[in-house]
Amino acid sequence: MVDKLTLNMITQRSIEEGIAMEKGKTTQEYFEACSIIEMNEEDIRTLGLLPNQLVRVTSECGSVIVKAIKGRQTVYPGLAHIPQGVWSNQIVPPRTQATGEPQYSGFPVTVESARGEKRKSALECVQGAVGLWNGE
Amino acid sequence: MPKKIENVGCPYCGVCCDDLVVTVSDDGRKVLEVENACAIGNEIFQHASSEGRISLPRLRQPDGTYKDISYDEAVDYAARVLIKAKKPLIFGFGSTNCEGMAAAAKVAEKAGAVLDNCASICHGSSFLAIFDNGYPSCTLGETKNRADVIVYWGSNPAHAHPRHMSRYSIFPRGFFTGKGHKGRKIIVIDPRYTDTARVADIYVQVKQGQDYDLFNAFRTVIRGEDIPDEVAGVKKEQILQVAEILKKARFGTIFYGMGLCHSDGRNHNVDIAISMTRDLNDFTKWTIMAMRGHYNIAGPGVVWAWTTGYPYCIDMSKKDRAYMNPGETSSVDLAMRDEVDAFFNVGTDAGAHFPIEAVKHLKKHPWITIDPNICMASEISDLHIPVGIVGVEVPGIVYRMDNVPIQYRQVLNPPDGVISDEELFERIHQRISEIEAEEGITQTSAAAAGTQTSFVGE
Amino acid sequence: MSEIIIKNGFVFDPLQGIRGDKVDIAIKDGKIVETTALTNPKTIDAAGMTVMAGGVDIHSHVVGPKVNTGRLFRPEEKLFQNIKKTGSRMEMGTSIPSVYKTGYDYARMGYSYVNEAAMPPLHSPHVHEEIRDTPIIDISAMPVFGNNWFSLEYLKNNEIENNAAYTAWLLRATRGFGIKIVNPGGSEAWGWGLNCANIHEPVPYFDVTPAQIITGSIETNEYLGLPHSIHIHPNNLGNPGNYVDTLETLKLAEGYTAKNAFGRTQVMHLTHLQFHAYGGEGFNFESKVPEIMDYVNSHDNITVDIGQVTLDETTTMTADGPFEHHLRAVNNLKWANVDVELETAAGVVPFVYSANNKANAVQWAIGLEIGLLAKDPMRTYITTDHPNAGPFTRYPRVIKWLMSQAAREAQMDAFKHRDKVIDVTNIAGIDRELTLYEIAQMTRAGTAKALGIADMYGGLAPGMDADVAIYNLNAESMPSDAEEIEKAFSRCAYMLKDGIVAVKDGEIVAEPAKRTIWVDVKVPENAQVNRDIYEHFLKHYSLKLENYSLFEEHLHNPRVIEVNAAE
Ligand code: SF4
Ligand SMILES: [Zn+2]
Repeated sequence: MVDKLTLNMITQRSIEEGIAMEKGKTTQEYFEACSIIEMNEEDIRTLGLLPNQLVRVTSECGSVIVKAIKGRQTVYPGLAHIPQGVWSNQIVPPRTQATGEPQYSGFPVTVESARGEKRKSALECVQGAVGLWNGE
Repeated sequence: MPKKIENVGCPYCGVCCDDLVVTVSDDGRKVLEVENACAIGNEIFQHASSEGRISLPRLRQPDGTYKDISYDEAVDYAARVLIKAKKPLIFGFGSTNCEGMAAAAKVAEKAGAVLDNCASICHGSSFLAIFDNGYPSCTLGETKNRADVIVYWGSNPAHAHPRHMSRYSIFPRGFFTGKGHKGRKIIVIDPRYTDTARVADIYVQVKQGQDYDLFNAFRTVIRGEDIPDEVAGVKKEQILQVAEILKKARFGTIFYGMGLCHSDGRNHNVDIAISMTRDLNDFTKWTIMAMRGHYNIAGPGVVWAWTTGYPYCIDMSKKDRAYMNPGETSSVDLAMRDEVDAFFNVGTDAGAHFPIEAVKHLKKHPWITIDPNICMASEISDLHIPVGIVGVEVPGIVYRMDNVPIQYRQVLNPPDGVISDEELFERIHQRISEIEAEEGITQTSAAAAGTQTSFVGE
Repeated sequence: MSEIIIKNGFVFDPLQGIRGDKVDIAIKDGKIVETTALTNPKTIDAAGMTVMAGGVDIHSHVVGPKVNTGRLFRPEEKLFQNIKKTGSRMEMGTSIPSVYKTGYDYARMGYSYVNEAAMPPLHSPHVHEEIRDTPIIDISAMPVFGNNWFSLEYLKNNEIENNAAYTAWLLRATRGFGIKIVNPGGSEAWGWGLNCANIHEPVPYFDVTPAQIITGSIETNEYLGLPHSIHIHPNNLGNPGNYVDTLETLKLAEGYTAKNAFGRTQVMHLTHLQFHAYGGEGFNFESKVPEIMDYVNSHDNITVDIGQVTLDETTTMTADGPFEHHLRAVNNLKWANVDVELETAAGVVPFVYSANNKANAVQWAIGLEIGLLAKDPMRTYITTDHPNAGPFTRYPRVIKWLMSQAAREAQMDAFKHRDKVIDVTNIAGIDRELTLYEIAQMTRAGTAKALGIADMYGGLAPGMDADVAIYNLNAESMPSDAEEIEKAFSRCAYMLKDGIVAVKDGEIVAEPAKRTIWVDVKVPENAQVNRDIYEHFLKHYSLKLENYSLFEEHLHNPRVIEVNAAE
């Protein structure tokens, strides 16, 4: 067991995100669909996480709290997935390799337990980042 | 009496299903039922008629709240932002029709803006590869009628394009493919064991970020040369097995997605995918297709190519010519370098889909969101202008992922007073001209007038 | 509306037989009228200038998916250009210009009508979107038949009436103009990576030969009485020795006469003949123009256009999918391909024609030989198969070469392989210099007649559209320097569209509304064809029948030509 694990992060589309997005990005469905991280069971065990435990995911440009799950679409050990959306983009590096496309997939993150902390809502993430969040 | 409207196009993903049947209420304001759509498509139409739609532009006040204003005021505000900015950025267009895109290009040219679309953060890598290497492709009906081998590489239609497999690739019975699924081999290549991989005959688990190496191995084998025992986490036997299937196909299509475009290598991954397709055409018939995300995200590339010669990242700040250099004139790069001084978010949600660092940079300047719905972008904007939902409230032409134009219909009336993207951009264009005339701003170019006037030498 | 009189110019109007006489051209409400109909006209003084009807291009690729693929995938074409904006929109691109540059450049050359040579039916909404955005010039677009599954089935069984009913339906569905045939059978074979190398090789599965497709299409066309004849890009394009296939193709027209109410006399238009007039084999190919033009000259139910190689860097694009695949193996440049379900294919490959390349120089000579050996300029037309053999903006240069032996010799002297080129061609021995009257035949009168639109375009008789080009060329004392000819045709002194001056001194001064021309044919109800259409859309197309036909709202400024084949 370790406190912190370095994983390779990818962020991709999911159907749950697609459906929820059309309901609205401020809905509970969107929150549940996107504020998660899918990891390999082995890595979950290595971190000693309980099912559905919150974790802090930190990249070179920020960190975000999400819920760790095994997920139906499995990843191999060392790989992790946060669905495309507000939470993933809190940590996606904006570097583009001079192509225009940010590093949405294949960037190193550290994952650690965040027990006792709380996931931010979508609005808190985005409005908070630009100084518009009024704390409701 | 509720009205049943048939052959309706779905304004969500690049599959562009045009077989929806939508039942709407008597007054044309509510969707009662949607047939044939997938769960996402269904949600779009249901949501369109739900309560709480914004029907007036909203301007941010000093205390941070929004206040409703008229469309005239909003148009004037937008026009003045464009005139004042040295290099405004107009970005988005995943969810607009081509008529709106053409009108936006006219505004961008007049305002000397950078015009960019979601491909910039999505299939822009594909464009870069196409510039270098071409694009041997086909329409989706060809795949349905002829293909006996299908490859999904770094794409997950089960999630991103729910009806892709049933309409075009794996399941349908086409002219030469009467056996449907039974007559086809499906190969899925992805680092994740996705829901798409579950329906594959062969699943190849490639190490994330090593797609290029795997393509290289396939090309090598196809040319009859030897490869190491393992490449990109894939055993040599499996590479040989798949290569043989590729070569023996009668007609094959490679559908690739963000797994190639968003990972290390970017355009080079797509480039080598195209090269492999070229190679395979020395043996048999192979085609390749980008799994374009939104229903009309192929549209801006098409429309702006005939307008400016470039599909995206179009810098028109010189006003009399356009310039494109992704990496330099691409939205996220411009944002990170603080090179643009106003941002128009059109038919997309940069607030949710840009890396947050880029959002912070853009937010230093005026930010205007043009979108039917409340989204992250609208909630951090200085001005939010609602428009009708294309494919639901506004008809028009959209380009499917294979660049086939599909004519979309209107099924609902937009909320009272809400206008289309096209009308909005035409009005902004008009307003810029008026303000320039009032304030005696002269065009940089000579005869920008030139409409309908007869001029005869005496 | 305003009245205009064009005075003192040398008028060349082959449709009326006017050969450089000083005739006043009167214009009222967008039409040519008798001079007596004017009350208070403005005057354009054309003294010392040449006056012709607006140019009519019979074959050019200007709008639609493959043109746009060319634009999209060649950013390098735009890098070094530096064009001042003079119209309402910026002008981008060279061999495949933006829609704005296309409209402006045609107008600058005095052209008012362009026939888009290949519209994939499935993509017709795209074509019409681009037509909407192309300024000034009127455009018609020919849907591509010849590899269409419906037609393959009908023509295999020689069901002309069914094929005619389907053709009428497709013309309406796409708002198209006429029957275009590209590599008959070969593009369907390309669906399997194959080709039909000659007109006798049957199409895989469909088991119909290109020859059957061609004759069946002629019969269909004349059964319907369309304004234009079938318009064919024959099999085996670009290959040495293909003149045999070309002659065989031309001979298929024997015994057919034109039946129509539009003054058209040919039953087959064979396009870009230059690419189809090769003898020899491998890289040792040679001109077979004399053989072919002998045939064309002696058969007046045939028209051809040249497809002149202009020795430029350009972008090739054709519905001949297998040919483009072949080409990318020749030059190893980037290659785009789109196979279109049930209908056609398309390929796009950049190409550099060079004066230093022997093959390209031979192609250049072959093209000019076609124009120079033509006995009837009303049946042989100037094109570059834009952008395949060169961009349309080079028409003035082609005209220069055709009008001046000195200019041809200067070009030949610049060839790296001059003597070898002369050996395998006939160009050096030809001293003919075409006249302005013949140029007018080859660029407007003849093309308008072949398209069946000579009552509206291509001439200056009262009642016709007031589309007029005035060139700075003194017909009585032509410049001794041929460069002046090229200059004059590049930038006309005036171009009027529907009586509005759109170009003055070579620059755009107004952008009058343009039209979409299409052909609406009435045919008897045909239950079987209706059922076949229904079935193919149900099972094989990837979109719904109801969304396939162009919606009325996507047709812009239509001008419909009605044909009644129901009686
Ligand atoms: S697959 Fe895509 S286009 Fe079809 S219904 Fe679902 S979301 Fe809409
Ligand atoms: Zn052509």
